[in-house]
Amino acid sequence: MTSTLLWLQSGGCGGCSLSLLCAESPDVLTALEAAGIRLLWHPSLSEASGDEFRDLLQQIRAGDIPLDILCLEGAVIRGPSGSGRFHMMAGTGLPMMKWVDELAHLAQYVVAVGSCAAYGGITAGGGNPSDACGLQYDGTGKTGLLGEAFRARSTLPVVNISGCPTHPNWVTETLMQIATGEFTEKDIDTLGRPRSYADHLVHHGCPRNEFYEFKASAEKTSDLGCLMEHMGCLGTQAHADCNTRLWNGEGSCLRGGYACINCTAPGFEEPGHGFSDTPKLAGIPLGLPTDMPKAWFVALASLSKAATPKRLKENAVSDHIRVSPGYRPRKRS
Amino acid sequence: MSRRVVGPFNRVEGDLEVHLEITGDRVREAWVVSPLYRGFEQILHGKDPRDALVYTPRICGICSVSQSVAAAMALADTQGVTMPPNGEAAVNLILANENVADHLTHFYLFFMPDFAREVYAGESWHAPVAERFKAVSGTAARQVLPARADFMHLMGLLAGKWPHTLAIQPGGTTRSVEVQERMRIGSILFGFRRFLESVLFGDTLETLLALDSLEALRAWAARHPWEHSDFCRFLHIADALQLEELGQGNGAFMSYGVYASRGSRLFDRGVWRDYALSPLDPELISEDLSHSWMSHREAPKHPYEGVTVPDADAQDGYTWCKAPRLDGHVVEVGALARQVVDGHPLIRDLVRHSGGNVRNRVIARLLEIARVVIAMEGWAAQLKPGEPCCHHAPLPEEAMGCGMIEAARGSLGHWLKIRNGRILNYQIISPTTWNFSPRDARGTPGSLEQALIGAPVRPGEKDPVAVQHIVRSFDPCMVCTVH
Repeated sequence: MTSTLLWLQSGGCGGCSLSLLCAESPDVLTALEAAGIRLLWHPSLSEASGDEFRDLLQQIRAGDIPLDILCLEGAVIRGPSGSGRFHMMAGTGLPMMKWVDELAHLAQYVVAVGSCAAYGGITAGGGNPSDACGLQYDGTGKTGLLGEAFRARSTLPVVNISGCPTHPNWVTETLMQIATGEFTEKDIDTLGRPRSYADHLVHHGCPRNEFYEFKASAEKTSDLGCLMEHMGCLGTQAHADCNTRLWNGEGSCLRGGYACINCTAPGFEEPGHGFSDTPKLAGIPLGLPTDMPKAWFVALASLSKAATPKRLKENAVSDHIRVSPGYRPRKRS
Repeated sequence: MSRRVVGPFNRVEGDLEVHLEITGDRVREAWVVSPLYRGFEQILHGKDPRDALVYTPRICGICSVSQSVAAAMALADTQGVTMPPNGEAAVNLILANENVADHLTHFYLFFMPDFAREVYAGESWHAPVAERFKAVSGTAARQVLPARADFMHLMGLLAGKWPHTLAIQPGGTTRSVEVQERMRIGSILFGFRRFLESVLFGDTLETLLALDSLEALRAWAARHPWEHSDFCRFLHIADALQLEELGQGNGAFMSYGVYASRGSRLFDRGVWRDYALSPLDPELISEDLSHSWMSHREAPKHPYEGVTVPDADAQDGYTWCKAPRLDGHVVEVGALARQVVDGHPLIRDLVRHSGGNVRNRVIARLLEIARVVIAMEGWAAQLKPGEPCCHHAPLPEEAMGCGMIEAARGSLGHWLKIRNGRILNYQIISPTTWNFSPRDARGTPGSLEQALIGAPVRPGEKDPVAVQHIVRSFDPCMVCTVH
């Protein structure tokens, strides 16, 4: 059985598509083929332009081509003044938000690819000059373009593959699950994100975990220590499997030496402080690890700080390993 | 005479519409429309200057690192901080990784698939070319995607991820390099070179770079069957369709220069006009708003003084794109501009013969892949495990600074003013803002608008294939264009 897929882009950077091109074992085209997904059109990949593309849209509208999966990448652009004129879809004379609204109601599954399409994302940053929102959400509320009551024809709400950008496998694996017909409402979390990756925390598998355990913290960019206390890292709260799945072979934000900014969460674009600062009250970070009682965190942190080995203290504020792990020969009995 | 709206153009980054006035079988006039406005310059207003490193890469998913580097350089300019040699080499490697991957993506996924179109079914070369380059189903994409992904493991090692890394900082990078990474980088580059030499070029990179004239290039191509490599395939098609006659630019080229290393740049800064090189004066850059959907349209302003307030009803406006000009003149930017300014003999000779056109833009891009990969091998060898990768400096409360670099698609500049420790003004001019700009107050069309004049239109064609080639020969990035 094949599923058809139409991919549109609006108020975003195209980075989720570009990230998708980094898919490996297999490449994205092979992955879609394996899932039995027929690409009706993708803005970076397809041959059809202009008139050929408008024909395709007409055939979908007329029901001549069934639309199984609609993916939107980039935020829905509602401005100025609700007109959508900040993004008129080229060659059609209509605001993209009108096209998205119409096509979403024809699709079996509607998928928001990236945090912009899911919640508004970076495009909704600052004063949100383009009045950007997500497909179903506007930030944390279900007041986006399609609204709270929306259900695609499959009866599922919008599937929010959030992330800035999305990991290629978050997209391919979710699309594969959908194509098999096995994807249900149980597979998404309370913010519409696929649980396959959103049930994990960025903290899982963090290479700085030992520094975290002893609260041996980095003080400046390029230091090796934990980035939570001073450098704005939200890895203990961010829902994603970045440090167990890895990016571009062997990478992740933490492995790259910089803080997790919780890019899979609604509103990540406006943290209310500098992205590389940790806001604190009486020296204690305001954002505590997910599900951790504050008293326990404070107690454990002060205990572990008292017990921090010299190796971690020194390495935490260095850009290279200064002190190697010790070796204790086994005593022969 | 007829008026026609062409779009959407896919296989460009972002959304694009072109209006054509057609007389007989030729395009007589063209207007380029960038239909998406997001307002990054407005979003950045009042932010902590360091947060530009989070926001500006997200202008664009394909030039993400270029935006990072420009932002980091603008911040560094305000701080007066420089990078240690390791930081400089790592930033060059990361930027080169993106730029080369972009050239590859453009050639294989965006540009070549147009030759697989049915309109060319009667050409002797069509069947094998369609099998190789057909969008989605062609054999080339299945070969190039894994090679590109392997090559981009450099990002995993040096930048954490791509796109949208925070590894690039004003004083260097966040990720120090250990000996094992240096080894890995060397082996990744070796594997990528092998792909280029066997699949893309069919010869060594050094042989390609030694070709110093159109004649030498022709002689090299003649030594191989036309299906010897993908570059040979392109040269064969370019000859058959006379692609050097399509998409004529105005002959003025600009490059900000890029890849600073040990006090000099790999590709030099300058302006090439009237067959001569002159120095670039950044003070002469201004943006004209006379045909943009923008208010505050007094005289063109230097980007330090630039204003971005959209107005969908602005008189004579037809695009969200501003019109950057150098001393009031239109200049073309991109790999062709970079290589002609830097003085590569083959590119200088191509431009001397036929100026800026579809064929020359593509050749320059491919040649640049070879030049940059060799430079990458050098930077990788310069990495010194154990040495610092980042310098640190406080951010001033009041300052201005700019970051001017070359992204894959051409000259990219960020101009930043800080007041009370916050961003007072942040202005960005991207490569495609230069190339796809609208008319200015004097009525002079932008580079693409000029290049489309005279494009042939076949009988019955709704979206002329020649127009598609010309548009894509610039490798436009529309999300950068307006931002």
